[in-house]
Amino acid sequence: MEKVVDPKIYFRTAIVLLVLLAATWMIAYIDLGPFNLIAALAIAITKAIVIALFFMHMQGSSRLLHLAAVAGVMWLLILISLTLSDYFTRSWVQ
Amino acid sequence: MPILTWPVSEESALVHEQFDDIGQQREAAKLGMWIFLATEVLFFGGLFLSYTVYRFAYGHVFVEASRKLDVVIGGANTAVLLISSLLMAFAVRASKLDQRRMLTGLLLGTALLGCVFMSLKGVEYHKDYVDHLVPRMGFKWEGADPGNAELFYWIYFAMTGLHAIHVTVGIGILLVLALLAWRKTFSNGNHNTVEIAGLYWHFVDIVWCFLFPLLYLVGHR
Amino acid sequence: MKTATEIDIQTEGEMPREHYLNVKTGVKAWLLTTDHKRIGILYLWTILVFFLIASVAAAMMRIELLTPQGDFVTNETYNKLFTIHGVLMVWFFLIPSIPAVLGNFVIPMMIGARDVAFPKLNLLSWYIFVAGGALTLWAIIHGGVDTGWTFYTPYSTTYANSHVITMAAGVFVAGFSSIITGLNFMTTIHKMRAPGLTWFRLPLFIWSMYATSVILVLATPVLAITLAVMCVERIWGVGIFDPKLGGDPILFQHMFWFYSHPAVYIMILPGMGVVSELITCFSRKRIFGYGFVAAASMAIAVLGFLVWGHHMFVSSQSVYAGMVFSILSFLVAIPSAIKVFNWTATLHKGSIHFTTPMLYALGFIGLFTIGGMTGLFLATLAVDVHVHDSYFVIAHFHYIMVGGMVMAFMGGLHYWWPKITGRLYPEFAGKLAAMITFAGFNLTFFPQFILGYLGMPRRYHAYPPEFQMFNVLSTAGASILGIGYLLPLIYFLWSLKCGRVAGPNPWRATGLEWQTPSPPPKHNFEEKTPVVTEKPYSYSAEEDADLNLASI
Repeated sequence: MEKVVDPKIYFRTAIVLLVLLAATWMIAYIDLGPFNLIAALAIAITKAIVIALFFMHMQGSSRLLHLAAVAGVMWLLILISLTLSDYFTRSWVQ
Repeated sequence: MPILTWPVSEESALVHEQFDDIGQQREAAKLGMWIFLATEVLFFGGLFLSYTVYRFAYGHVFVEASRKLDVVIGGANTAVLLISSLLMAFAVRASKLDQRRMLTGLLLGTALLGCVFMSLKGVEYHKDYVDHLVPRMGFKWEGADPGNAELFYWIYFAMTGLHAIHVTVGIGILLVLALLAWRKTFSNGNHNTVEIAGLYWHFVDIVWCFLFPLLYLVGHR
Repeated sequence: MKTATEIDIQTEGEMPREHYLNVKTGVKAWLLTTDHKRIGILYLWTILVFFLIASVAAAMMRIELLTPQGDFVTNETYNKLFTIHGVLMVWFFLIPSIPAVLGNFVIPMMIGARDVAFPKLNLLSWYIFVAGGALTLWAIIHGGVDTGWTFYTPYSTTYANSHVITMAAGVFVAGFSSIITGLNFMTTIHKMRAPGLTWFRLPLFIWSMYATSVILVLATPVLAITLAVMCVERIWGVGIFDPKLGGDPILFQHMFWFYSHPAVYIMILPGMGVVSELITCFSRKRIFGYGFVAAASMAIAVLGFLVWGHHMFVSSQSVYAGMVFSILSFLVAIPSAIKVFNWTATLHKGSIHFTTPMLYALGFIGLFTIGGMTGLFLATLAVDVHVHDSYFVIAHFHYIMVGGMVMAFMGGLHYWWPKITGRLYPEFAGKLAAMITFAGFNLTFFPQFILGYLGMPRRYHAYPPEFQMFNVLSTAGASILGIGYLLPLIYFLWSLKCGRVAGPNPWRATGLEWQTPSPPPKHNFEEKTPVVTEKPYSYSAEEDADLNLASI
């Protein structure tokens, strides 16, 4: 027995993604200062999660696959944050 | 969430000799692909790191430089990939339902949209070249800090270039799968390969979802 | 007192008629094999070639260092020698050694599987490894590279006149071999364990290999992109490490060491896994604190990613970041120390058999402890400022890599040799070689701690005359070490034809790999998949009171 997803879910996912794309676009034309970056990243992350959950069938899959999906991102965050710890604190050195 | 089940004959599916049953084989393949995608996150990650470091260092110039990129093409390409992901998801569904024609068509459709993406990218790169935005190839920058601006464009071409290589590989895989699908390779429960390829294609889509705002929408326009 | 071979000869003294080595012969059967055991052997031969070339480079360096003047080779040639030595030893010997040879051979059998999860990918990984090696050898033959194995910018991107791109390409390609191997092992261990083999019944070698695979998979891609970006900058003339654009050469070091520090754990974790197996078997005692050793392996894998800045204390990295990296480096020493304590506690009140593998394992514990402790000295910011880029660092990592890892590899090779070939190596020669290696190793590298402390910098072929005595001692030690490595090469080859037939379990070890004939059949377990019902290492020193493994 193979689980097959209802087409409605795929269509809804696609619509959500295109709406988010439109949102990214529109927000870019408003000056929010530093929040432009935060909003853009937040929407990108949401899109990624939506694609992973519904197109990549993360929803309903095992916890092991969830872990594999998250691990890469976590490690990238380690790379970025510890490297930034150097760049951000260089100006502290007198 | 409504999910249909469809009885598929498991006995005729091909179980490789190292596995005990088809379920183990499919789970192993999925895990293998997800681990591979994690490696891809870190592969692109080196470039994301460079972007992050230099964006914080040279924020103003990055905003200026980003505004010169063609956001219409960039936005259109994002939509193209999102729709291609939709087609790919349906292709995976068709492979599970043993719908040979539908599967072949959807795989070809996804590949076609991939080609549309690459064509738009080609047009865009040409436009960037004409506008003197390509580092070391006639690069000209009118404003302050031309070095930093050139750095932004280096990163832009590196990240979108690496992504384009992945799209190209994906198109190649999809075309091969379409041929195999037409030859009934994925019937009778042998659909896991399509699902695995789907995971790769969706990942390529996800990377672009980050590249678009980070490169084209650095500051407000 | 009955010896193990007496027991063997009385019960099963013949090689099985059909096994994985003779089931299909010929060049095509080997080059197109998908059998994990054959792939392990293919890797063994390949890394041997690279080990020999890298050893020749080391020998030439040590000959040069006999005299204070740089009179044996030119500056440039010396730079190329240490680059060749580093590149080949790190990427083409140490990193693949235990994982691709012993791991490939043993992991599926240890978990009761017929093969790894992706056998064809496994073969592909070997071809990719050979391709990477070929590119690297091409670069060496055509004049070599003089940047050091670390390829630091801006020298590698802008000023070096050597075959940087080809060599970096070779390493880039070989990296994919690592990634595939790690991916394969992780999937195999997750999905193909025998019935009843829960995670906490796994042998510790599997835990170590799993932790290693996590690092292989997460760290290597960053090396790949770093080398690629470095090459693009070299080709294009501008890039992200270029100060002309506002770029930072130190960013290269961040990216490079993000991989290369975890890489050292890729190199040592498999060795620790082997040592866990050897210590239990040859103390006839269950390992002390199994859970702690397993958890320590995972902790090393994770913490190892947080410390890379300790290679950059004097690079102009922010001193505050340096402090953070220093503290984290102290933390990562803790799980390693836990393992050493647990091995020692296992030895305590065990029934020790001084077989060749055990000699290597005991050597590992002592030498790894010295290497690890000196790592803590280096992790101390204030000390590192003085000894960075000196022979102190060289001695530190050679104690871990050669005194630790290579000894573990030799120990594991001797331990599983009967399983791989069906024959026993000559025990007396084995013990002799182990002791020669131990003596030669210490004579080579202990003087280097002193040299570094006294101020001799690394990567220099000429030095002040007051350092000569220690350099001469070091070179003398290297000659002895060379003999220690040559002997096993000879007697292993000898044993293939003339060694005593081993039988399924000459060491009376627990573990599923010993439940099959030696050599094993193609699919490892003849009839049914084994079912596991108890914890690993169910040794009993009382039951084995009659056993004398060291006299085989």
